Amino acid sequence: MLFVLVLAFDTATPAVTAALHDGTRVLAESTTVDARRHGELLAPAIESVLTEAGASLREVTAVVAGAGPGPYTGLRVGLMTARALGSTLGIPAYGVCTLDALAYATGSSEPFVVVTDARRKELFWARYGDARTRLDGPRVARPHDVPGGLPIVGIRLYEEIIGAVTGPEHPSAGALAGLAAEQLAGLTPEQAAAAAGLPEGRIDSEEAAQGRAVLGPPAPIYLRRPDAQIPGAPKKVTA
Amino acid sequence: MADQPIVLGIETSCDETGIGIVRGHTLLADTIASSMEEHARFGGVVPEVASRAHLDAMIPTVESALAKAGLRVTDIDAIAVTAGPGLAGALLVGVAAAKAYALGLGVPLYGVNHLAAHVAVDQLEHGPLPKPCLAMLVSGGHSSLLLVPDVAKEVISLGSTVDDAAGEAFDKVARVLGLPFPGGPHIDRAARDGSGTAIAFPRGKADDGTLDFSFSGLKTAVARYVEKNGGSLSLPDVAASFQEAVVDVLTRKALAACAKHDVHDLLIGGGVAANSRLRALAQERCDAAGVRLRVPRPGLCTDNGAMVAALGANLLEAGVAPSQLTIPADSSLPITTIHV
Repeated sequence: MLFVLVLAFDTATPAVTAALHDGTRVLAESTTVDARRHGELLAPAIESVLTEAGASLREVTAVVAGAGPGPYTGLRVGLMTARALGSTLGIPAYGVCTLDALAYATGSSEPFVVVTDARRKELFWARYGDARTRLDGPRVARPHDVPGGLPIVGIRLYEEIIGAVTGPEHPSAGALAGLAAEQLAGLTPEQAAAAAGLPEGRIDSEEAAQGRAVLGPPAPIYLRRPDAQIPGAPKKVTA
Repeated sequence: MADQPIVLGIETSCDETGIGIVRGHTLLADTIASSMEEHARFGGVVPEVASRAHLDAMIPTVESALAKAGLRVTDIDAIAVTAGPGLAGALLVGVAAAKAYALGLGVPLYGVNHLAAHVAVDQLEHGPLPKPCLAMLVSGGHSSLLLVPDVAKEVISLGSTVDDAAGEAFDKVARVLGLPFPGGPHIDRAARDGSGTAIAFPRGKADDGTLDFSFSGLKTAVARYVEKNGGSLSLPDVAASFQEAVVDVLTRKALAACAKHDVHDLLIGGGVAANSRLRALAQERCDAAGVRLRVPRPGLCTDNGAMVAALGANLLEAGVAPSQLTIPADSSLPITTIHV
């Protein structure tokens, strides 16, 4: 069997989470919930999981980042880190939808919906047939527009509108690494290399996000365009 | 020479993804990807647009700088990165990349001050900095007068703008005149056919005895003039007279600072240092005052990665301890903090 050591991390939610996975199990995991310090926490978390597992960065065979959707400033920390580590170490860097990692962690064989905080009174959501099968999403919507009638997993927000939320509140890098390792095991080396794609690119719209494979390039899933207004005429300064 | 450390510098404080590589104080590569075109229609830099562009541009820009320098990434001995001041989200992309490169390569990381880097870059062109020297940094985000006893150790702020930065005034006046963003080069070009003395625009804070600047009143004065004289105005005269007001105050205060602190070397940096009238008037006034003027070529005045690498090289040389992997990106990093 090929030597596998997957380094995974996610910064698309308030949790900064990193883990190391050997293809069979999680060797080490670190999770800190602090929505404002992704940039400070991620690199030390990577160092700490490597130390805990007694592994060196040189032994890592693939790096995987949660690709969002998530608030953009934090999201980019993980994806930039994955791209730079992949490029420096000469190993593939992948992105996996953060909601897929949350779904995978449930281990559920029944349909359900995953939600994370999109801020501005909205949620990111995706609908799953089971823990491994995304049927719709990721999308961004007001709580009223999140599909009803199914169990909801993820962030405890707007429960008065969408109903009770259960399961893990934030993604774990252990689940992210496990999902990625499982996906990688099913690919030929050529397919695996192709899935990593180029170290650039982004997914701006829900349409683009729909058809995305579980294991893809480390491209951020933004779902919203930047809010910027094209200015009108300058305001008058004389009466 | 060959045994001097190779430093890779990363700059993402605004809209330019800049990567520079130096060996000691020799520039090996300076590569820039700019998102300016994406911002132009908004009339200014949109932070989220800039941050998205940095993420996409980073790896290709690093690879192109390495190719230009004829190096492999494993040849890099240290990473330097702008830790602030600048746009928070934009800085964070560069800092995340820098940490990952430092971690992946197992080399030291230096988080540096953007303004001090604007000073350090001049060594790449004009050799070691005199100790002390006086630096005037003028750009779209900053207008500062700095006393620099040693760029690796001590930078003292003498004055700065109390409202708009000089470059911001150029952008805003350009908009009033119907010129495209960024305004600096367009005003510079229009002004060549006009007279700097045609209209007496105000010189904010010129004679207040401080080393601070103010350009907000000037901007409003130009807007008033344009509204009043609508159809009959000469655009070259307005551009030239506005530009003259800005560079008159800048050079007057810079030389006042030199005299006050008995410093005989003035360095001008930042995007506005590319302005032809500022360069000419500064040279004239420096010559008259017996002050030596240093201005890097325009490509090194605007934001770039070489300046970050240059300051990193100074810090290594001075034996400064590297930064921790926990350093934050600090959008309002004070100039007195040269490295974090």
